[in-house]
Amino acid sequence: MSEQSNFGPDLGEVFGPNHADGGPELVQLLTPEGERVEHPEFSFDLGDEAIKGFYRDMVLTRRIDTEATALQRHGELGIWAQLLGQEAAQIGSGRALRTQDFVFPTYREHGVAWCRDIDPLRLLGLFRGVDQGGWDPDDGNFGLYTIVIGAQTLHATGYAMGLQRDGVVGTGDQDRDAAVVAYFGDGASSQGDVNEAFIFAASYNAPVVFFCQNNQWAISEPIERQTRIPLYQRALGFGFPGVRVDGNDVLATYAVSQAALQRAREGQGPTLVEAYTYRMGAHTTTDDPTRYRLSEDLETWKLKDPIQRVKAYLTRNGLVDQAFFDEIETEAERLGEHLREGCRALPEPRVLDIFDYVYAEDTPELAEQKAGFAAYLDSFETTGAH
Amino acid sequence: MAKITLAKGLNAGIRKAMENDPKVLVMGEDVGKLGGVFRITDGLQKDFGEDRVIDSPLAESGILGTAVGMAMRGYRPVCEIQFDGFVYPAYDQIVSQVAKIHFRSQGKVTMPIVVRIPFGGGIGAVEHHSESPEAQFAHTPGLKVVACSNPVDGYWMIQQAIACDDPVIFLEPKRQYHADKAELDESTTPQPLFTSRVVREGSDLTLLAYGPMVKTAMASAEAAATEGKSIEVIDLRTLSPLDLAPVFASVRKTGRAVVAHEAHVNLGMGAEVASRITEACFYSLESPVLRVGGFDTPYPPSRIEEQWLPDLDRVLDAVDRSLAF
Ligand SMILES: Cc1ncc(C[n+]2csc(CCOP(=O)(O)OP(=O)(O)O)c2C)c(N)n1
Repeated sequence: MSEQSNFGPDLGEVFGPNHADGGPELVQLLTPEGERVEHPEFSFDLGDEAIKGFYRDMVLTRRIDTEATALQRHGELGIWAQLLGQEAAQIGSGRALRTQDFVFPTYREHGVAWCRDIDPLRLLGLFRGVDQGGWDPDDGNFGLYTIVIGAQTLHATGYAMGLQRDGVVGTGDQDRDAAVVAYFGDGASSQGDVNEAFIFAASYNAPVVFFCQNNQWAISEPIERQTRIPLYQRALGFGFPGVRVDGNDVLATYAVSQAALQRAREGQGPTLVEAYTYRMGAHTTTDDPTRYRLSEDLETWKLKDPIQRVKAYLTRNGLVDQAFFDEIETEAERLGEHLREGCRALPEPRVLDIFDYVYAEDTPELAEQKAGFAAYLDSFETTGAH
Repeated sequence: MAKITLAKGLNAGIRKAMENDPKVLVMGEDVGKLGGVFRITDGLQKDFGEDRVIDSPLAESGILGTAVGMAMRGYRPVCEIQFDGFVYPAYDQIVSQVAKIHFRSQGKVTMPIVVRIPFGGGIGAVEHHSESPEAQFAHTPGLKVVACSNPVDGYWMIQQAIACDDPVIFLEPKRQYHADKAELDESTTPQPLFTSRVVREGSDLTLLAYGPMVKTAMASAEAAATEGKSIEVIDLRTLSPLDLAPVFASVRKTGRAVVAHEAHVNLGMGAEVASRITEACFYSLESPVLRVGGFDTPYPPSRIEEQWLPDLDRVLDAVDRSLAF
């Protein structure tokens, strides 16, 4: 169309150009070079000790990831979903949680799991094929990994609606008021479930933070396939605020998550946080990204590495000495060992047990099926062969 | 004559259909540059362009819903669902729209849509990647449901499904994609799509299977033969409509039948087949029709999937029980 349409405002003017580097709207508090910068709306209110803690968290999380990737290569895991490059988004948001908050993860939230004190060994079960989630969601308020894209955003919203009904939102009691975080990816933002979650959350003003890690890729599909406007701006159309944060800046992801969670806990409703980051690894260990993306992009993003910038900040300002790094390295080694040894020792599932988990109230039909199968298995033990 | 895998057969079949009819489109997640996670659409976007090989946003309901509109505009969408367990976001569109539009329009509107679903287990995957949802679609009037079991059938059946004016749920045994090779002779005339086929002749018992279980059934028949039992194996190929005339003929000869599938036994395809055999061949039957399948639990963690899946031993166990009845 050559003539400017009168149908509403020009989207380019409203939203501005879509910036490949995250754009000026990106909330950043620590530059890739490791310099602290101010932001008019968000500030990091913890001290350097906390930053050191974040550094440790991120290094150990990355170790979990590399160790699990190696375990997959050695055939100990069937597959692994790597989080390489997304450590800051996960640790920043994970550390902003309070004990009473609840998390609904995808399958990649290993760093958030770390913040919820889930033994990383438990994460391996799903990928090794010994279970479908080896932890109790109520221990650590961390839901099971969800593989069906986007489904958990609705669960998070419903859980948040439950919190409202329990009277633990907006009471002013810091130790009781709770919020929920729904993690999801840029690809997931296209799913009906996610959009319905936005509607429900807005409609009921539910205390939920929609935390989208925009890692630029949904397997082979770039972000442009999912959205024409910066993702965080979608929130406006649903009736709640959205903010884009530098997902590789742990200070900023902490500050923004903390603010969004606080809004939710106070009863002010949902927020969409778009953590602008990059999937530095493959989608999973079975994926081959060289088929669909340029290695130059990866090189550019390596310069924005979430761990390096914190290291630069800590060393440049003389906040740590070599012993600090050595200690973390030792801890990482121990963690690696724990995973390597623990993975091989994860208890094998027993096929007869699965019948017991289908229903809360057993059915005679299934009990009969189990008994029949047990007898069948026994027949091998006694005859030795079929 | 070239030896091809199932993946290659399907790829070549889709390519052929696209060459023959400019209205044929491919839609799905990662089907473009990547060629699909199983590479079934490998190279198609490069050769046919982004308008005909469409990388869709990550939304299965969107894929099927827009396919409906495309079909109304005269296109023939071939939709890929990345894994069986991810068809459910599109289930509403498939069951409530795709399946019913021809009926509601009193035949004025056709829905020549193919929904390709890699199905079945045995690949060591995490949950939602190993399921067998065929009965959920076969139970829906308005949908046709087929399952290929080998490379040559893959090549022909996908073309026939695309040419069909009704919506076809096209099930592909994913663990066979890159497994066995077979020789493809393009000069032969393929058997019609909605027909079953006797793949091994025998006289003592009729063993029915489709998709990934055909290979297991053949191996079971082979093993049984060493014990002097002669088993006839039929690859059902089409699940809705069922083509049971060859099955009835076989059962009238053998007097016994076993149906095997990976899907849960309860209300699975085996139940329908057993019931129809009983109705049609009651006086020929020497024993009840037996079913072998997945247990009535969700698909288990992959370390025990081989125990959960019906294997050669479980099929032979049913064979023995039938023969001993
Ligand atoms: C409903 C559904 N459809 C398809 C898939 C297969 N699948 C797994 S991950 C993925 C891409 C997800 O991308 P995104 O939401 O951006 O998250 P990321 O994996 O990049 O963290 C797809 C298509 C799935 N798991 N669920």
